[in-house]
Amino acid sequence: MHLKYESQLREPLVYGDKNYHQVTEDIVRPIEAKPTRLWYIGFYIAVCLLLFGVYAIYRDVTYGIGQWNLNKTVGWGWDITNFVWWVGIGHAGTLISAILLLFRQGWRTGVNRAAEAMTIFAVMCAGQFPIWHMGRVWMAFFVLPYPNSRGPLWVNFNSPLLWDVFAISTYFTVSLLFWYSGLLPDFATVRDRAFTKLRKRLYGVAAFGWTGSTKHWQRHESLSLVLAGLSTPLVLSVHTIVSFDFATSVIPGWHTTIFPPYFVAGAIFSGFAMVQSLMVIIRKVFAMEDYITMGHIEAMNKVIVLTGSIVGVAYLTELFMGWYSQNKYEGYTFWYSRAYLFSPYGWSYWGMMACNVLSPQIFWFRKMRRNIFVTFFMSIIVNIGMWFERFVIIVTSLYRDYLPSSWSVYYSPTIWEIGFYTGTFGLFFTCFFLFAKYFPVIAIAEIKYVLKTTGEGYKGRMDKIEGESLETFVHDHAH
Amino acid sequence: MKEISLAEYKANPTEIREEREAELKPYGGLEKFEGQGTIYPVYDRPGIKWGMSVDLNSCNGCGACVVACNAENNVSVVGKPEVLRGHEMHWLRIDRYYSGDMENPNVVFQPLMCQHCDNAPCENVCPVAATNHSSEGLNQMTYNRCIGTRYCANNCPYKVRRFNWADYTGADSFPDNQEGIVNDVVLNMNDDLTRMVLNPDVTVRSRGVIEKCSFCAQRLQESKLNAKKESRPMVDSDLKVACQQSCPTNAINFGNANDKNSAISKVRVDNPNRQFYVLEQLHVLPNVTYLAKVRNQDEEKKEGAHA
Repeated sequence: MHLKYESQLREPLVYGDKNYHQVTEDIVRPIEAKPTRLWYIGFYIAVCLLLFGVYAIYRDVTYGIGQWNLNKTVGWGWDITNFVWWVGIGHAGTLISAILLLFRQGWRTGVNRAAEAMTIFAVMCAGQFPIWHMGRVWMAFFVLPYPNSRGPLWVNFNSPLLWDVFAISTYFTVSLLFWYSGLLPDFATVRDRAFTKLRKRLYGVAAFGWTGSTKHWQRHESLSLVLAGLSTPLVLSVHTIVSFDFATSVIPGWHTTIFPPYFVAGAIFSGFAMVQSLMVIIRKVFAMEDYITMGHIEAMNKVIVLTGSIVGVAYLTELFMGWYSQNKYEGYTFWYSRAYLFSPYGWSYWGMMACNVLSPQIFWFRKMRRNIFVTFFMSIIVNIGMWFERFVIIVTSLYRDYLPSSWSVYYSPTIWEIGFYTGTFGLFFTCFFLFAKYFPVIAIAEIKYVLKTTGEGYKGRMDKIEGESLETFVHDHAH
Repeated sequence: MKEISLAEYKANPTEIREEREAELKPYGGLEKFEGQGTIYPVYDRPGIKWGMSVDLNSCNGCGACVVACNAENNVSVVGKPEVLRGHEMHWLRIDRYYSGDMENPNVVFQPLMCQHCDNAPCENVCPVAATNHSSEGLNQMTYNRCIGTRYCANNCPYKVRRFNWADYTGADSFPDNQEGIVNDVVLNMNDDLTRMVLNPDVTVRSRGVIEKCSFCAQRLQESKLNAKKESRPMVDSDLKVACQQSCPTNAINFGNANDKNSAISKVRVDNPNRQFYVLEQLHVLPNVTYLAKVRNQDEEKKEGAHA
């Protein structure tokens, strides 16, 4: 007989003496209740930001990319900075859902649903930038390798931008499938509790006819494993390919072999920070402290200090190589354009250093890792720092490259560039608010799965039984 | 940029060549650089191979080439507000390099246009292959394939690629979209009458695409066809590109570098000691050679004393 029992020393993953029904009640309650005033205010702000973003894009498409302050030297600025930033954020969701599933990390169940939702919305936001930053967005379908009557004229398989198209679309598809397949049993739960016909219909359609039969569960488990297997390489490959946009070029500051691992670490770093920001709010607003516990927050803070230190090492390695290579162009980019505080963009480099490398080091202290306010504050700081990192990589490399005659005037964004960025915030939070209202924000079925082995109540009861021998236990509990 | 004083040049005429040799030594030196500077295979380039040479000794920075290029190729005139934002569209620009006294510096002028690299970094990054290589060594832009990601412009070490940030020429199919763009200066390509200045042989680019020096592809095509009609090989006298034609000091040479009798080949053979490529060490293999400026500093000093 398989009997998994966890040590009393390990923190329970679910607090409170709960049974299955209570878990359902706790998680489904926000879906069945009327939205709060706070929800309406938040949703309203998000939609306003989104609409402003739509207007900013309308201007960019109608009047041209000249609505932005990019120029002949700085061809990418906020657009690609924001693209890389959002894609990076998505990575934490995939890591939590796929890699932690394969590693059998029980704690993922408390946060994986919301983290995967974050991934999907973040990738949606990221995708906006490479699309709308095109000069002729109405010709964007040229990047798809479809059979055509122009020769046929194919896409350029040498181009990292094309690899991006494949990487991002694969990533989005797999993440969406993974997320949705996990949602099926939970939608069925909501459907079965529905108190109006409309709810029953809508959640019934969303649940794809899930009945909870053993066969369903067996297939569901297999599918989860297969999708986890597919997602795992994506955690590494997607941001590696994004880093190729820069690493395969000839521009000093971009042409760097360290980029793939450094980008992946940075992506996980920023992603976990975003998960923290969202979780701290969700657990408070929906009173889900029992499910998203201090243990969760501490575990994620550990990931943050680890990945933050990895990017720190990468920054220092770049600086070292800028000197060691004795390449005057790289030396100039790394030691003047970036690391020299009083160069035009020095502030962004040191902002990055302060936010990404120095400040997360406070998470070496257990007290700090378990402090909600510090966690929330740091999660924002880290995301600001990671935005700086992408800005530093893109703009400080481009604005002064080889020939001084083409060095750029100081690049700062127009209101429409900023509007596009805030518009993606609007998109993200509009989606997230809808998700929080209509979807179970915690995976109900998966929480139930770990409840028996690692819930606080069960742990307490198991403690008593632990004294008994296994045989007596089996004898007593077997019918 | 390479510059040398006459005294130094007399003392050691091969100095510039030696400098290049030393820089490329880890990658096979001047002779084997093309093959050993890369992990990719090297291809033959038979037939026509267009090449240009600019003699910096002759260039006096007058700017006639820039104007000629603008007129020939329908390059948009964007006006002061756009130039201030770094949106100028020139296919050909004149870089200036200063040395000596800050108050009264010596200047070298260097006309810089697309270098039509054999190993062009812009070509491999375009997701839709809108910029690609012709069999005659031209780095060519296909405007109606371009979607405007601007990756090619970012990856050009010479920064010669220009993006149509707005509808500068009224060539766009979007109505009423020239807000803040058309002023007295820009009007030249936007009004029915003045649009007649446009060269009918050259496409007017619409908003959102990249453009750059084409080596006057329309003139090259014409010269080849003329020669073909007369059933003879093309020769130098068949063509002159716009910048070359307008240069008052004949600093610019252009032609088929695979033809041993062409002027461009002769210039290259005759001047091994002054010849250099811009950013040669990047292994982009440009097709524009520059001849270094040799400055007679003793004489300049004497002139200065007289004045």
